[in-house]
Amino acid sequence: MSAAVKNTVLFALVGGLILLTGFMQSWNSALLILNMGLISAIMAIGVNLQWGFAGLFNVGVMGFVALGGLAVVLVSADPVGEAWAAGGTRVLLGLLLGAATVVAAVLVNTRMPRGRARAIATLAILIGGFFVYRGVFDPGVEAVEKVNPAGTGFLGGLGLPVLLAWPAGGLLAAGAAWLIGKTALGLRSDYLAIATLGIAEIIIAVMKNEDWLARGVKNVVGLSRPVPYEIDLQNDPGFVDSAIGLGFDPVTASTLYVKVGYSALFLVVLVILLWMAQMALKSPWGRMMRAIRDSEVAAEAMGKDVTRRHLQVFVLGSAICGIAGAMMTTLDGQLTPGTYQPLRFTFLIWVMVIVGGSGNNFGAVLGGFLIWLLWVQVEPIGQFLMDVITSGMAEDSALRSHLLGSAAHMRLLTMGLLLLLVLRFSPRGLIPEK
Amino acid sequence: MDFLNAIVALSNFVLVPAIAYGSQLALGALGVTLIYGILRFSNFAHGDTMAFGTMVVVLVTWWFQSMGISFGPLPTALLALPLGILGCMALLLVTDRVVYRFYRAQKAKPVILVIVSMGVMFILNGLVRFIIGPDEQRFADGERFIISARDFKEMTGLREGLAIKSTQGITVIVAVIAVALLFWFLNRTRTGKSMRAYSDNEDLALLSGINPERVVMYTWLIVAALATVAGTLYGLDKSFKPFVYFQLLLPIFASAIVGGLGSPLGAIAGGFVIAFSEVTITYAWKKVLGYLMPEGLEPDGLVQLLSTDYKFAVSFVILLIVLLFRPTGLFRGKSV
Repeated sequence: MSAAVKNTVLFALVGGLILLTGFMQSWNSALLILNMGLISAIMAIGVNLQWGFAGLFNVGVMGFVALGGLAVVLVSADPVGEAWAAGGTRVLLGLLLGAATVVAAVLVNTRMPRGRARAIATLAILIGGFFVYRGVFDPGVEAVEKVNPAGTGFLGGLGLPVLLAWPAGGLLAAGAAWLIGKTALGLRSDYLAIATLGIAEIIIAVMKNEDWLARGVKNVVGLSRPVPYEIDLQNDPGFVDSAIGLGFDPVTASTLYVKVGYSALFLVVLVILLWMAQMALKSPWGRMMRAIRDSEVAAEAMGKDVTRRHLQVFVLGSAICGIAGAMMTTLDGQLTPGTYQPLRFTFLIWVMVIVGGSGNNFGAVLGGFLIWLLWVQVEPIGQFLMDVITSGMAEDSALRSHLLGSAAHMRLLTMGLLLLLVLRFSPRGLIPEK
Repeated sequence: MDFLNAIVALSNFVLVPAIAYGSQLALGALGVTLIYGILRFSNFAHGDTMAFGTMVVVLVTWWFQSMGISFGPLPTALLALPLGILGCMALLLVTDRVVYRFYRAQKAKPVILVIVSMGVMFILNGLVRFIIGPDEQRFADGERFIISARDFKEMTGLREGLAIKSTQGITVIVAVIAVALLFWFLNRTRTGKSMRAYSDNEDLALLSGINPERVVMYTWLIVAALATVAGTLYGLDKSFKPFVYFQLLLPIFASAIVGGLGSPLGAIAGGFVIAFSEVTITYAWKKVLGYLMPEGLEPDGLVQLLSTDYKFAVSFVILLIVLLFRPTGLFRGKSV
């Protein structure tokens, strides 16, 4: 069996499993899996770009995904005029001052000759700048958060169409990645891992606590969406007629229509990004990346600027994760910083890439779909298994109720087991790199 | 008098909690650093190893409590600790046999081992949630305070009280005993010396007839003991919640790296550096400054440099500074 046939079979298999979900559970859940699968596939492409192409160990995926989600709020939410009037300029000025402090400290550190004077000057700028920044920033934040805290209490966004938020999410993530890469990429792989892990936690902490930015844990709900609302469709006689004509219940038809709309949009993004990633892989740039990954010393001897290339691919991969994050928040229609968990948004993406096949874009896409499907379906399967296991036990046995209650945690076990099995018996993944 | 009040307030809110937290971090970081020194990879599953060991301790504690066994004024968990360590040792030996040994034989790259440890992390995380559930569990019993704030105020007549929780006292004592035992083992015993030799230079150690599998086994055993002790102390001091242990990974790694990966002494120093900076930077200094500053100059605000939600940021920034200016850490650990 040639590689192409095998890959087609694998993709057909995953497609078949999603169809099976449609037949056995409901088409709504099948489409939900498909939509999140598309998003997961895009995240996996981003991580694959960093790990598969360049061997960069980024475990801060969650942070970039969350930044993409933040971009949706910043771009598409309606601006809160009152909050801007109360303290908007002050907040912005404070942020600028904070940034200026850091830039000044970095400049002093690079331009001044080494010595005690430099250390003192840097410290003085940092400490002085910090207090000035807090002095300007804090009153502004207080004023903004006082404006109708139950309803808004934040600055709002630009009120632009939500589709613009997707590239904006990519840009925001890219900007953050550039900053991180500039400081952390010179380090060895384990250190980069710890650094990115920390950055992701910090990004989430900022999003949870800075209420003026995106309401923190109060969440921003009711974000605008690129597809029509179900209720509008149900009130549209033309839609109802055609739904009934096709033999569908109008309510189900409207939910399906909306989800298919999302699928189409996501598919377009996935195809574009996959095409770009494939082109990059085949290009001289892609070959150089793999050469750097396989031997940094050799690549450096050939005159390649390893750190610069690493920075480049780190920014690109993170941007893709940011786009995926923005798409996910759009699909949810709300930004909920409390729900970002490293196991779900960082390590699960890693499982997708490793299981799918690191270094192969199609592998990453396949892994994205397959692992997401499993992540969703392991729970009902686990429930079923537990029902079978415990069927012989007494109705009121404590062990039985405990086992039934714990079935939900089967997914973590399954994912870990799957990752270990693939690493052991098929370390190059389902669709290996050519 | 004001000066004394300031010192007491400072000890109560900063020094005592930071010393206890620092000891817990140091024990955790020792485990990470030992694995790095001997097995040469960053173990992402360490937080969950701690959670597993602590879970066994919690379960045994409940069992003891149900049988009416108690440890007098001390928490029953201390009695359960040896059993928890044994459970954790069994777990780590099994994972080494089933998972890690294969990659060791293959001489896999360290980064592959890190990814493997990610898989182990998933499994342990799932296992702990499966057995004990994701919720918060309290298992501390016995005397709550060595000295409570009110007693202290009555004793000294100061306006500020100094409360020392018994868990904080136990943390420090147990940590000192554990570290003393560890250093005695590493420096005085034959096995400990062979471990250090293996860590310094693998090839030379192999040439001199050291059995690598034995060294690795002892490492896992020690790591299991350290992780369980660290986890139990943290759980007694705060409370046991699996997800929090997973999150402890970051400050623990920060401690180990700040001290210098592979250096046990560095891990201890790193733990205290991280703990003290976290607590001082997120502490609201209003009270202490209120006593120290002259009349009329007392601060109005809380004088809190960062809100407590940003404590991760503190360990991270220290980590970054150390990595940028002294990549091998304070105690010259390994830099591969």
